[in-house]
Amino acid sequence: MTSVAAGARREFDVSQIRADFPILRRKVRGCPLVYLDNAATTQKPQAVLDALSAYYTDMNANVHRGVHELSEVATEAYEGAREKVRAFFNARSVREIVFTRNATESINLVAQSFGRANVGPDDEVLISEMEHHSNIVPWQLLCEATGGRLRVAPIDDRGELIMEELDKAITERTRLVAVAHMSNALGTVNPVDEIVRLAHAKGAAVLIDGSQAAYHMPVDVQALDCDFYAATGHKLYGPTGIGVLYGKERRLEAMPPFLGGGDMIRSVTFERSTWNDLPNKFEAGTPDISGAIGLGVALDYLTGIGFDQIGRHEADLLEYGTQALTAIDGVRLIGTARRKASVLSFVMEGIHPHDIGTIVDREGVAIRTGHHCAQPVMERFGVPATARASVAMYNTRIEIDTLAGALVRVRQLFG
Amino acid sequence: MGDLSDLYQEVILDHNRRPRNFRVLDQPSHHAEGYNPLCGDRLNLYLKVDGGVVTEVGFQGSGCAISRASASLMTDEVKGKPVGEVRALFERFHRMVTSAPDGAVESLGKLSVLAGVRQFPVRVKCASLAWHTLKAALDRDAAASTE
Repeated sequence: MTSVAAGARREFDVSQIRADFPILRRKVRGCPLVYLDNAATTQKPQAVLDALSAYYTDMNANVHRGVHELSEVATEAYEGAREKVRAFFNARSVREIVFTRNATESINLVAQSFGRANVGPDDEVLISEMEHHSNIVPWQLLCEATGGRLRVAPIDDRGELIMEELDKAITERTRLVAVAHMSNALGTVNPVDEIVRLAHAKGAAVLIDGSQAAYHMPVDVQALDCDFYAATGHKLYGPTGIGVLYGKERRLEAMPPFLGGGDMIRSVTFERSTWNDLPNKFEAGTPDISGAIGLGVALDYLTGIGFDQIGRHEADLLEYGTQALTAIDGVRLIGTARRKASVLSFVMEGIHPHDIGTIVDREGVAIRTGHHCAQPVMERFGVPATARASVAMYNTRIEIDTLAGALVRVRQLFG
Repeated sequence: MGDLSDLYQEVILDHNRRPRNFRVLDQPSHHAEGYNPLCGDRLNLYLKVDGGVVTEVGFQGSGCAISRASASLMTDEVKGKPVGEVRALFERFHRMVTSAPDGAVESLGKLSVLAGVRQFPVRVKCASLAWHTLKAALDRDAAASTE
């Protein structure tokens, strides 16, 4: 098994990369697994699996508490993972990196903490029409609680944000603009730097949902100048159950706690409690220690290969897949933005996506079918659901061919 | 691929292409909307019940081949049957699509083409949506859900 040390670079060779992911060797229904559901979750390299096992085998203890050896080792590994996350997103300080369960929790944290403190009656939160439910519902809950208003910036027929409309929708009442860096249902990559500039010009804070973008392209939160950036570990080739919230230090400092409990306090009496320093103020209770460590190793793995190489490979697959799918009779792509990554969302005339999904699964091809937790996007394009293939660094052109072949048989079956 | 043709039998593909009773009824005595939140399938079912007998039935909606064919087959099957018999058929259909994949099943005539769904657990809800909606309509419950 090849393993990649942090900082070491290697030439991009997809067969070597595939060898690092044990699950890619298994068969599904007698066929080699063709895993094209990466936008839902990515597979894990051996190094991440080893790290999880090593943590529980050698160093399991609670963090930030014990004076004993194991607790020190576990704390060091957990905080070491935080430093890796900081470096990965180029945050200024580890105080700006909060571990959560997933991007959904990261967004809810901002909605409940920053939101309740800053979004009053008639204040506005602006989202976009392409958001995942996780970047819609937390703001609805917030606005219901505070009397705030949720506004939605529209997208065009390609699935791109209409920037003039977005600019107009940011008013002096806008307290926060919350948008996806990249759409899970369409693949659109949004001009987030421009969005941050427009929002800040009118005094609004910006949260970027980076769930989809963070494993396809480099993210530099200082260069972006966003106030919050949410990401999830399981799409970054790391374990499930660990997520990240980046927040500017001055923002996080000013915010009240989200969840209360152990580890997030400085002192507790029955009269009052005081809060711990950042980032612990936002990490109540025992965290997902092994998850954080596993995520750190996943980020080492990603960095070891590098986004320049990953990006080139995935762009080639996206282009190849776009050609292959649109060449099939009756296939229509949903989401044709000029700037796109990874995602091929499509419908086939007269055939429901669930039938497509079931049929290609018989050939070992895993794609997602349904509304992708983005019902407003489905509504916008007038479809009840789509089929979605999404590529990651370990996919190949041969796998795209397998998908295309299976789709031709779907067409034949339905006549 | 053998079991795939168990699911997508010619009869099912035919009912998907040309669903029977695919229409809104004027002044139905019973109506319900069925919704499968998993896949977004929606189905409106209309019944005319006269003297305890289902005299007319129609449906509209969007869904996968399995849910559409199942609704189409169901409407053909229940038309002209007493409500008591229709309810009993619901139970028998439900048993058929949820029984063990390789176990024996009672023959339900034309409806037996849907027995193959047993091999596809995530698709059972597609086949049963129309039936749950039918039951809800008869119970005069306005909304059915497969959840």
